[in-house]
Amino acid sequence: MNGSRAASLTVAWRFAALRIEGFPWIPSAILGTITLVAIFANVLAPYNPEIGVLGDRFRPPAWQYGGSEAHLLGTDHVGRDVLSRLIFGARVSMVVGFTAVIVAGVLGTTLGILSGYLGGWVDQVIMRVTDTWLALPALTFAIFLAAVVGPSEMNIVIILGAVYWTRYARVIRGEVLSLRERDFVRLAIVAGCSKKTIMRRHILPNVLNSAIVLGTLMLGVVIVTEAALSFLGVGVPPPKPAWGLMLADGKKGLMAGYWWLTVLPGICIMLMVLSANLLGDWLRVKLDPQLRQL
Amino acid sequence: MTPLLEARGLTKHFAVGRGLLGRGSGVVRAVDDIRFAIEPGRTLGVVGESGCGKTTTAKLVLRLEKPTAGQILFENEDVAGLEGAGLRKYRKSVQAVFQDPFASLNPRMRVDAIIAEPLITHERLDAPAVAARVAGLLDVVGLPARSRDLFPHEFSGGQRQRIAIARALALSPRLVVLDEPVSALDVSIRAQILNLLRDLQRELGLAYLFIAHDLAAVAHMSHVIAVMYLGRIVEIGDAAQVATAPQHPYTQALFAAALPAHPDERREEVVLAGEVPSPLNPPAGCRFHPRCPKVMANCSQHEPKLKLAGGREVACHLY
Amino acid sequence: MSGLLEVSGLSTQYVGARGTRVTRAVDDVSFTIEAGRTLGIVGESGSGKTTLALTLMRLLPPAARIAAGSVRFDGEELLSKSESQMRAIRGKRMAMILQDPMASLNPLFTVGDQIAETLRAHEATPRRTAWARARGLLAAVNIAAPERRVGEYPHELSGGMRQRVVGAIAISCGPRLLIADEPTTSLDVTIQAQYLKLLGDIQREHGLAMIFITHNLGIVARMCDQVAVMYAGRLVEAGPVRTIFNEPAHPYTRALIESIPRFGDATERLTAIEGQPPDPSALPPGCAFHPRCPLVVDRCRVEAPPESRVTAQHRTRCWMAAPAPADVLKG
Repeated sequence: MNGSRAASLTVAWRFAALRIEGFPWIPSAILGTITLVAIFANVLAPYNPEIGVLGDRFRPPAWQYGGSEAHLLGTDHVGRDVLSRLIFGARVSMVVGFTAVIVAGVLGTTLGILSGYLGGWVDQVIMRVTDTWLALPALTFAIFLAAVVGPSEMNIVIILGAVYWTRYARVIRGEVLSLRERDFVRLAIVAGCSKKTIMRRHILPNVLNSAIVLGTLMLGVVIVTEAALSFLGVGVPPPKPAWGLMLADGKKGLMAGYWWLTVLPGICIMLMVLSANLLGDWLRVKLDPQLRQL
Repeated sequence: MTPLLEARGLTKHFAVGRGLLGRGSGVVRAVDDIRFAIEPGRTLGVVGESGCGKTTTAKLVLRLEKPTAGQILFENEDVAGLEGAGLRKYRKSVQAVFQDPFASLNPRMRVDAIIAEPLITHERLDAPAVAARVAGLLDVVGLPARSRDLFPHEFSGGQRQRIAIARALALSPRLVVLDEPVSALDVSIRAQILNLLRDLQRELGLAYLFIAHDLAAVAHMSHVIAVMYLGRIVEIGDAAQVATAPQHPYTQALFAAALPAHPDERREEVVLAGEVPSPLNPPAGCRFHPRCPKVMANCSQHEPKLKLAGGREVACHLY
Repeated sequence: MSGLLEVSGLSTQYVGARGTRVTRAVDDVSFTIEAGRTLGIVGESGSGKTTLALTLMRLLPPAARIAAGSVRFDGEELLSKSESQMRAIRGKRMAMILQDPMASLNPLFTVGDQIAETLRAHEATPRRTAWARARGLLAAVNIAAPERRVGEYPHELSGGMRQRVVGAIAISCGPRLLIADEPTTSLDVTIQAQYLKLLGDIQREHGLAMIFITHNLGIVARMCDQVAVMYAGRLVEAGPVRTIFNEPAHPYTRALIESIPRFGDATERLTAIEGQPPDPSALPPGCAFHPRCPLVVDRCRVEAPPESRVTAQHRTRCWMAAPAPADVLKG
């Protein structure tokens, strides 16, 4: 019967992608590992990531000819240990990534709720601002802001938050618009609750799911943006190790065959973004009761 | 006896936005100049089909909408003009239970918080007092005490409706608006809930505005029935009389169209022609005249007013 | 006379995501319907009535499987037919009407297109003829100005008219059996009356057999010759409509009938059934109705009753129905 064949194919796909009913073990493990590495960077990294030994430049990874076990993943153009820089870079990426997502999330969700629930001129103003903001290409806008306020870790977080809050506002506002018409909100009005109370007690908890899912999906975007900013030189300032910065520095060495300077940080970025996306995807389906029925 | 709630000349028109090319804006005459009264401890049942205005009437009574014209008087005070303390008092006195038990409760709140919400909004009670009231309300609606810690999705439709009723009773209201309270429930559960509502009315002296399309349920629960058609009340009077001996042709058709309770129950077949017209463009004169089996020449010219006939009020030129 | 549709021992199950949880949606259901007669299948949520309808039409979702039984339509066994054979039957010899007309009609095609589609698929009717017949069908379902309506889109019609269009599509190829799953639930009272009258007229005119699937006993009282009551996937009572209404044998049926408010009945309280309908994936042991049954005894809690005959036409599943089960119904 074709029914059972379709069913077994679906199961196979689900297992392979580790999705939906199955908890996404591998993506979570990756993100978990990166988080732990970021927290315990001091302990894990064999060397200081910011100081290099010039005599030891451009050492390839340990398994290649010319590499040594002192530097498992080689060294960069000023003799800094790549492994240590990757480890500390995880910290930068996580901190910047999470903080920016939270900043954008809080700002965007709040404005989305206000805009969706209060309507009227509040809605108009917020939506016009959002429209304008969204019309600007995110990366260019971020570069512009970075050039204006100057690069520093704190500034990057604020910039990323400022650029990406609009995604939240749009989505959350949409949800609030439909939530507003639900019976339990009407009953709260009938019970005499103030608008503020309704937004806090009834609207906010019911949009949190979407905000969280959006957050995991934005994590990937934010990290890539941060990497791009660092790559372009307006992100986290050197000598602090950031994966994007490592990519920029390593670019020069590509022609000479120093592949580990770009490929390794690139793999790290890719793993983190991919894991965040897969996790967010799983969360989205898990937390959305309608989709879960499928 | 002063009625608890009275509507006079109550009207609600909705402006329908202009079309994409600026073509005709319309006015939906959802409720047009209606008059009714609800006595304390009694039930006014409202029946009618789509577009008749019964849901809008409920929203007007609950102050979820403001009337375009006319008044709603609660204990002789105009509801529309209430602000501040007066409005709070109104909110305490008038509560609601809606149709969909799955949408009426915030899925993220526990049952005790849901039931207590009206209490904590209006009164300053300490936690033990609130808990005691919640426990009492759960008992009144026949739910076990341990329900308080659970979430709505752990209950069935009928149980959720009980939670909604408990919440509506939290502030000891005088009037409860019931908008299709049992339509979304399984047939075997409906009787439970209707019985509960009747018991509560008797014990607590509640007045109900009972809106439903199930004619038999409305007839069973109500003391007075109002029949609405396209925003007007066409017949209003004592429930037993209206149900068993309807005067207005529409009411007759409505009750004749109701499904029988037994295969041998035969009703006089009054099958109406045509569809329910849109409230955007109600027919001239008597709004029912295009479908009326007893239409006369006068009916398309003049709209009939409610007048006393056969012990109730009917808006029809036949009388 | 052998029946037009003979269902015997039919069981349909839903299998959970990992193949572990099995829900018995339809459990050992048997009934027969003759040509030109109307059967009402009554049940609440979780009773399995919709699954039953889908099983008869072989329209089950992939997660469901037919575990046992046979469905003989006009002498042919439907359960062993291939999908392409079923396609030839569906719409032509067996038709179905669903609850929500807006979901049954494609919003992007005109009404005429959709009626014609069925005609062209089954009878290879050329386009022009199909359109002409579509007009005729719209007139047959009492839609005024059919020449105009045939070119309109579903959203331009009212709910009642849409349901008639659905009816027109259903009868377009002259089926012998029409299955109507809650066809009037979304309609207003007066529109419902019109529609039921229409269905009755169509049935008489075409000699259709009809199965009404509903939770509303009123529809059964109005339209049906025979009734079958479902509870938790099983048929708990079946028989002629007057017998069921006058002398219901099963406590559930009895309670259902008594719980409906009726006009002119001045009694204070309606007879209510305690508890709620069970979750099909977590049925109680023994008789599924026992937690709510006023006549429950120990045996009910342990053993599910088999079918027994109250009279030749009237059967039920209840330990308390007859002093001793007269004989067990064989499929």
